Amino acid sequence: MDIRLDSISHHYGDTEVLRDISLEIPSGQIVCLVGPSGCGKSTLLRLIGGLERPEKGKVLQLGPAPEGSLNPLTFVFQDFALLPWRTVKGNVSLVLEDHGIRGGRAKEIIDDVLARTKLSDFANALPKQLSGGMKQRVAIARALAVKPAVMLMDEPLSALDSQTRDLLMDDLVKLWSRQPFTAVYVTHNLSEAVRLGHTIVVLSRRPGQIREIVTIDTPIQDRRAGDPVCQKKHDLLWGLMREEARAADEELIDV
Amino acid sequence: MSDAKAGGKTVSQGSMEVRFRGGGFAPKAHRWVGVAVFVVLIALVQWGTEAGWISPLTLPKPTDVLATLGGLWESGLLFKQLEPSLRRLVVGAAIGASAGIATGVLIGLFSYIRAGMVPLVAAIFPIPKIALLPLFVIWFGIDEGSKYALIAFGTFTPTVVATYGAVDNVDRSLIRMGQSFGLSWLSIVRKIVLPGAMPGILSGLRISLAIAIILLVAAEMLGAEYGIGAYILEAGALYDLERLFAGVVILSLLGVIVSACIGLIERRLLGWRT
Repeated sequence: MDIRLDSISHHYGDTEVLRDISLEIPSGQIVCLVGPSGCGKSTLLRLIGGLERPEKGKVLQLGPAPEGSLNPLTFVFQDFALLPWRTVKGNVSLVLEDHGIRGGRAKEIIDDVLARTKLSDFANALPKQLSGGMKQRVAIARALAVKPAVMLMDEPLSALDSQTRDLLMDDLVKLWSRQPFTAVYVTHNLSEAVRLGHTIVVLSRRPGQIREIVTIDTPIQDRRAGDPVCQKKHDLLWGLMREEARAADEELIDV
Repeated sequence: MSDAKAGGKTVSQGSMEVRFRGGGFAPKAHRWVGVAVFVVLIALVQWGTEAGWISPLTLPKPTDVLATLGGLWESGLLFKQLEPSLRRLVVGAAIGASAGIATGVLIGLFSYIRAGMVPLVAAIFPIPKIALLPLFVIWFGIDEGSKYALIAFGTFTPTVVATYGAVDNVDRSLIRMGQSFGLSWLSIVRKIVLPGAMPGILSGLRISLAIAIILLVAAEMLGAEYGIGAYILEAGALYDLERLFAGVVILSLLGVIVSACIGLIERRLLGWRT
């Protein structure tokens, strides 16, 4: 199942946030959206996931969702969005209950996704007992439980410290190489983008437009920190964004 | 720097320990202090009444009040007075609180209900409900009905206000999460909104139930054969301070017990809070 964005534009009140965005998200690939703060990348993600309605243009789902997918477009949020009154297990089970999956079948799925995110020992812990990195792994486990066709990741690592971020990036790479998934990955961190993205879409500052689409051919499981190809792409992206980021930083916020 | 010089200890030539300035503003649980305050106050009154610098017309002797309570217990009158009061409190507060929670949740969820109900609640909140008792007597009858109605009405408004405030305060990002996983509206309300609003609802109940006890006494003062309120009123009319204070002690205990019950529920239901 691919996703196609068909000339999307969007306003918040008088502020134009996105202008004429057309993009193809092929299945099995990670597309990273980068851009200066306030460029509308998170808005674009919410539009793709159907949490907001675009003013102009359409988000198209090409082909049927794969069989067995309970929630084809699934979010992973920056602030984790775990229910604090439910255990790790309960948080995963939350998204299965509405599909009538309970008891043995639910247990099977929960055990599987917790094992894949290395959380099996913490099934009965409450979110308040977990570190930030663990919380995000719970959120990823919850997303995996509904067998998404496309993962929509909204700065999933931005609330974490840099060591945890590196570890979690490795985990994501492993998850992807074991079973490639489609993802739209919003970030403002270029090293995350060059580490995880097959395609990196650079947005301009507000109103967000596509400035450049950069592809990286190195398979993501072979990318290492300090890899010359990745470093070159990183520098290229930073060159593209530097002035924009400075200008965006000096803009008044009137949203 | 002059501050550090004034407060810091000189450790060796030219160096000094940094003055600690991060204390306070962190409440800790000191259970025994509360008990000690009670004990000291009561002991002071006992001493004063025995020594004579508190006249018997000002305050009764605490031991006499205790004896009165003991007498009430032995004669079985305590239960006779307490039973109707407790029934009125439980029935009235249950009706008022459940209607209040339901209305509050509806106000929190639906904009039209909010637009219609919030001004109405604001209009009835400040009315002293006791002033409406004659009206309730006409509407619901002279006996139990009007007392239930008074207590229910009095607990209703603060519960509504606390509940819709609590629903408004539920983390929107959790609701977004529920929607993004395709949860049904009912599931989002049941599994995200209600548990998320529970802390606010329970702290609202603390206030509502205290108001319920106040209104209970008011209702009983205006016409009841038995009940703590009637007992206090009768004692007051006869200027029988021992009995009056015995009644007051029972009310205080009732308040403490209700508050402890809510504390217990909070610990059980809200263990997830950090």
